[in-house]
Amino acid sequence: MAQENANVIDQPEVLTPRMVTIEISGKTYEVPEGITVIKALWYTGQEVVRGAGCLGGFCGACATYYRTKDDPKVKTCLACQTAVQDGMSFTMMPPFPARKATYDIQKLQDPKQDLFNLYPEAPLCRNCNACTEACPQKIDVREGVWKAVFGDFKGVSEMFMDCVMCGMCTPVCIADIAPNLVALYVSRAQGAHFTEKPKGLETRIHEIENGRFNEEWNHILKMNEKELVDHCATVK
Amino acid sequence: MDIHALQQIVHKTRDARRKQTLPKFSPADRDQLIKKYHPDSRESAYRPIRFGPNAGEKTVVELATLLEGDSLIGEDVDLTPHYTTDVLVIGGGGAGCAAALHAHGAGAKVILATKLRLGDSNSVMAQGGMQISVAPEDSPVTHFLDTLKGGHMKNDHQLLKVMVEEGPAIAKWLIGLGVLFDRQADGNLHVKKGGGSSKPRLLTCSDYTGLEIMRVLKDEVINQKIQLLEFCAAVELLSDEGGKCSGAIFKDLDNHRYVVVAAKTVILATGGIGRLHIQGFPTSNHYGATGDGLCLSYRMGAALAHVDTFQYHPSGAVYPEQLIGALVTEGIRSEGGHLVNAKGERFVNELDTRDVVSSSIIRECEEGRGIRTMSGRVGVWLDTPLLDAEHGPGTVEKHFPAMMLQFERFGIDISKDPVLIYPTLHYQNGGVKIDTNSETNVGNLFVAGEASGGLHGRNRLMGNSLLDLMVFGKRSGLIAASRAASMPQGRLTVKHLERFRANAKKHGSLSGVISPMILPAYTRKAG
Ligand SMILES: Cc1cc2nc3c(=O)[nH]c(=O)nc-3n(C[C@H](O)[C@H](O)[C@H](O)COP(=O)(O)OP(=O)(O)OC[C@H]3O[C@@H](n4cnc5c(N)ncnc54)[C@H](O)[C@@H]3O)c2cc1C
Ligand code: SF4
Ligand code: SF4
Ligand code: FES
Repeated sequence: MAQENANVIDQPEVLTPRMVTIEISGKTYEVPEGITVIKALWYTGQEVVRGAGCLGGFCGACATYYRTKDDPKVKTCLACQTAVQDGMSFTMMPPFPARKATYDIQKLQDPKQDLFNLYPEAPLCRNCNACTEACPQKIDVREGVWKAVFGDFKGVSEMFMDCVMCGMCTPVCIADIAPNLVALYVSRAQGAHFTEKPKGLETRIHEIENGRFNEEWNHILKMNEKELVDHCATVK
Repeated sequence: MDIHALQQIVHKTRDARRKQTLPKFSPADRDQLIKKYHPDSRESAYRPIRFGPNAGEKTVVELATLLEGDSLIGEDVDLTPHYTTDVLVIGGGGAGCAAALHAHGAGAKVILATKLRLGDSNSVMAQGGMQISVAPEDSPVTHFLDTLKGGHMKNDHQLLKVMVEEGPAIAKWLIGLGVLFDRQADGNLHVKKGGGSSKPRLLTCSDYTGLEIMRVLKDEVINQKIQLLEFCAAVELLSDEGGKCSGAIFKDLDNHRYVVVAAKTVILATGGIGRLHIQGFPTSNHYGATGDGLCLSYRMGAALAHVDTFQYHPSGAVYPEQLIGALVTEGIRSEGGHLVNAKGERFVNELDTRDVVSSSIIRECEEGRGIRTMSGRVGVWLDTPLLDAEHGPGTVEKHFPAMMLQFERFGIDISKDPVLIYPTLHYQNGGVKIDTNSETNVGNLFVAGEASGGLHGRNRLMGNSLLDLMVFGKRSGLIAASRAASMPQGRLTVKHLERFRANAKKHGSLSGVISPMILPAYTRKAG
């Protein structure tokens, strides 16, 4: 149907599609500028099984190391959320064998103290900040590790809500800490042990168990379709 | 024209729009709108399924082709099991994790096998929240009625009643595991209002609800030492002499070998279908959402329900190109964000049900009031800066950090610039028919989560899926575990394949593709 020309967004990358040169795990390829790192892998004919999950920036499966032209700094990104640029060089991060402590969250007696048994390396943080620099979600990871050790579990749980568990903070840690796993333990402990039990929820569970809505259910489930449609219309 | 120039109309009309209240459409107008513009109404996209339990019923061509596809497995396959278990859970999203944890908790030996890593799924991406009637002014009955209305009255009443009634207990379970739902100042759960709901009922964890729930469930599955088979895709189910389910065959995606698992009961939790790109739509779904569970169950003889209806989420990103199809959470509209066409006008009550809002966006675009990008896509504006104008600066950043970050990576500040959106293929409303035990008409085959059908009718309300996963994940886990405790392992055969192939021959032929698809073919071929 007619579309007024006035309502068209110009896109330089589409108007003048440009091929750029990139390097994937040491090999050189030409790909269209601006596609995501994952799409660049597909474009070069590579199947991706390990390294792709949600494709939406939430699962952390696509942790990737990259460098841009003439910059020695190796950076990190999520491959499904990052556009390629000319001269970029990248490699996906293989799974890293970090140790995860196992615990029964409900049976913890003293979660703040237990942290030191489960993750004894956590207090050995040397403040190097490498974890923070590695985080593609821009979490102040180092600060989080310190907060955990000093028992500010609430602070940690708020900071790590954005954590996609990509694990990129782990291989860089000089103290062999897996900050994301520490934060996960701390957040769960905060939720299970240090957060108020919601009273309204308890009330509702009791109401249901005690059959408070039974009469209404009986009434509704006996209705024919027409009656039900009319009844639904009364819900405002 | 430059995108910023086009956005001016949104900024200029904001104050006038804020004073406007838009009525909802009358039932008749809604029906007409959907009939004319909803992708489900495009007859050319559909064809009847030729054979099997749903023979003669229509579904989209993409799905029909897969349902009539052949198995990778030959009838002479070696069925010596590599693993034996009580309960086999297939799929590592929310439904799969909940099922595995409950079955394990009930004392069963559980194996959880999944195509990608544990947790890589649609479930991690849920941003909007989870519907549970916890507010004093709300009730499970109201939740039931809202959902029924949203589902065009076609929801299975029994399934729906179970879901709304077991919701509050599920919230308690999740909180006990350490899930951090947003709270009010008094410690009660904070509830938001979602599209199509009469009461605020959405529990949220910032805009990371699915991520937060999945981080915890995944961690718990590992803590409980449930046996995992990652990068193993189910390619066929196994059946005993009586046709009951007795296990599954997987393809190990690392070394391409087959893995045979003998199980007394099987729970399929393989999720949805977005990556089939039905009718060419972009999708919000994860990489593995290729409808595998539907093909596997259908070959076994399980009936499907409502597989002619899909959910196109009203707001998928249209710009920048890198985010095509990515979800722009309904939370923005829940908090008052306007939908605005190229002329600066609102055209639908933003909190109407998803099918209505999607249809009206498609109407705007088809009638020439959309904004086109040079890559040939079209959309309308979602006025995100309005939230800061309405509730104070910083609102967007505070309430939607995930979305802020997603767009920021491409140089777009959604608290200052509206975003361009168009419906994206989001959810499979139907699926394998189940009863309140989460069991299919094939004995010992349970289906939970998005792969199952009936509960949501012909349109799902936002936030009902996360609840569906947890409730039927739990039910399937508990019932599959108790069933397994009282029965012997069935024989391992692929007799159902013989039956399926013979049936296909009688009706012409198989469709010529191998199903399930496992992963979409995005890899560019040489040349
Ligand atoms: C972007 C987005 C946002 C959403 N937001 C919300 C929301 O706010 N609230 C809400 O209630 N709902 C929401 N939904 C819907 C909801 O998240 C999904 O319906 C739900 O997560 C589906 O859960 P599931 O466990 O059934 O499937 P999934 O979570 O998708 O998990 C399926 C699992 O099965 C595996 N699998 C698939 N095929 C095979 C195979 N052949 N063999 C082995 N494993 C296999 C997959 O790899 C995956 O692990 C959203 C969905 C999306 C995509
Ligand atoms: S904290 Fe670590 S695991 Fe979490 S997003 Fe940042 S780098 Fe990834
Ligand atoms: S990388 Fe390790 S040592 Fe360095 S700041 Fe982070 S946690 Fe501390
Ligand atoms: S694939 Fe999930 S974050 Fe990139």
